[in-house]
Amino acid sequence: MDKLIIAGREFGSRLLIGTGKFASCDIMAEAIEKSGAQIVTVALRRVDIKNENDDMLRVIDRSKYLLLPNTSGARDAAEAVRLAKMARAASGINWLKLEVTPDPYYLLPDPVETLKAAEILVNDGFVVLPYINADPVLAKKLEEAGTATVMPLASPIGSNQGLKTRSALEIIIEQANVPVVVDAGLGLPSHAADAMEMGADAVLVNTAIATAGNPAAMAEAFQLAVKAGRTAFLARPGASSKYADASSPLTGFLRD
Amino acid sequence: MKAILAENNLDVSGEFWKERIERITPDEVERALSEQPGLYRLEKLAALVAPAAEDYLEQMARLSQKLTVRRFGKTIRLYAPLYLSNYCVNCCLYCGFNCEHKFNRVRLSVEQAVAEAGIIASEGFRDILLVSSEDRQFITVKYLAELAAKLRAKFSSISIEVYQMDTTQYGELFKAGIDGVTLYQETYDRDAYRCCHLHGPKCDYDNRLATPGYAAAAGMRQIGLGVLLGLKDWRVETLALAEHAHSLMKHYWQCHISFSFPRLRPAFGTSYGESQYRVTDRNLVQMITALRLCFADAGLVLSTREPAWLRDKLIKLGVTKMSAGSRTNPGGYSGQTKTVGQFEIDDRRSPSEVSGMLRRQGFEPVWKDWDAAFQIP
Repeated sequence: MDKLIIAGREFGSRLLIGTGKFASCDIMAEAIEKSGAQIVTVALRRVDIKNENDDMLRVIDRSKYLLLPNTSGARDAAEAVRLAKMARAASGINWLKLEVTPDPYYLLPDPVETLKAAEILVNDGFVVLPYINADPVLAKKLEEAGTATVMPLASPIGSNQGLKTRSALEIIIEQANVPVVVDAGLGLPSHAADAMEMGADAVLVNTAIATAGNPAAMAEAFQLAVKAGRTAFLARPGASSKYADASSPLTGFLRD
Repeated sequence: MKAILAENNLDVSGEFWKERIERITPDEVERALSEQPGLYRLEKLAALVAPAAEDYLEQMARLSQKLTVRRFGKTIRLYAPLYLSNYCVNCCLYCGFNCEHKFNRVRLSVEQAVAEAGIIASEGFRDILLVSSEDRQFITVKYLAELAAKLRAKFSSISIEVYQMDTTQYGELFKAGIDGVTLYQETYDRDAYRCCHLHGPKCDYDNRLATPGYAAAAGMRQIGLGVLLGLKDWRVETLALAEHAHSLMKHYWQCHISFSFPRLRPAFGTSYGESQYRVTDRNLVQMITALRLCFADAGLVLSTREPAWLRDKLIKLGVTKMSAGSRTNPGGYSGQTKTVGQFEIDDRRSPSEVSGMLRRQGFEPVWKDWDAAFQIP
């Protein structure tokens, strides 16, 4: 599979994985391994980023994985920025998944506060990967602000509903100059494959893996689906049609 | 809020809803169960708490479990209560701290409270609930703010379950690092409320009802609601509780609501005994699963009032948060004081025993799910 490049750094995997909702840290570690992911997100509300012996952090080998802290739970830009700076000061990590989610039920991202926070953090030297609703205009504004990617949701976090925002995702993918990582709501490997076939650069999955009957097996399934989808995208599948179609129906009569 | 309950006849003796609920048919229950799980409608909840729904308990439990795992994962949050004082000016008939009860009362100084909290932290807790009776003279806003500032180093989430305050007071506490408020209405039936709250500021039903809204307006992130199960008909109380929560969710959309399920327990000096409104284990399961099927993302909290064997079963049905190793008497963790607890606890297992049980049942015990850095510069 061709490399994913984010902020000048190359990654062999186009599957990012979240660490919430697992039944144990050991199950989580096994799922991460099987997913083949190289970027692993952790919620700053859950981990003690200062503590190397934190239950969750100690099972994530930082020599193997890029740890991507997220600001899930932040209600506004000020909180997200405060949390990001605290995490960087404690851990030295300047990559950040920016999540400004004032709604504690659907965890939908606040577009205004996300843009505000992104501008501050990018200017402060962070590599910012912002989680957003599938809003093409916002995606362009974030790109202009200097974010390393955009991460539009497929459907609400934890809903497993798949690509409900398909039309908007297609526009974002078409217009983006930064990698597009489809994040949230992917419930099945086929959803992930679908996103990759559409042209997404990567996907992020958490709930569907963490809450599966066999998280490690589901992680592997997602890895395979992402590879299949990307391979299919690169192979440029032919246009689909219900009817048989002569190869030159309108101009076949022309003779040189 | 007052108007919503009154319009729906949920703050009065409950005969309207009692009769309505008893007439609910299996068809209505099945219709309720076929609706998208996790979304609230008053009539839907009425069907799910009805006697007719008792035959569907297993189905409700399975749906509740599936929805909870999808939204919360295979995790249970753990917290501990720290009782600060049992001096009280209220006369509440169900409570061991009733101002008319004669016993050696205790108030913890801030330093003593910090020492107790240190014991709680040593058990692994990062989430603490500061609890007090109505002792406004000593457990002041200043006291709580000072205590919260000292506890920040050890605890990532500090919430309170104390007497009613106003928005300004809650705002001060929020700035000091307190992020949640738990306040049970006890009962939504006005007559029952009057009968069991004989004197003291807590007698004011309307103020009690409005107070969670004041906390939410002040920015508190977590609001815990509940009724004291056994005071009145639990089915009608559940409807009123849900309407209260739904109203708060609509008006204070950034605030997260949790439900607790405290069943009446023996307490010093009380004589509630076998209430005519006793809530059986079966009723409790029905209430928990019905609320989950109406509120996909609400927290469902279980305390040590319940016996160990039952808590072990209930965690699979929708519960998201539990206390462990609790002491309901001020100074109870260190054992330095001899005084009365608010109620008798039943699950006396230590926090490590409870977290071991959770792991064996396939759940990750979550000690930290917040960070003070969110709200404090």
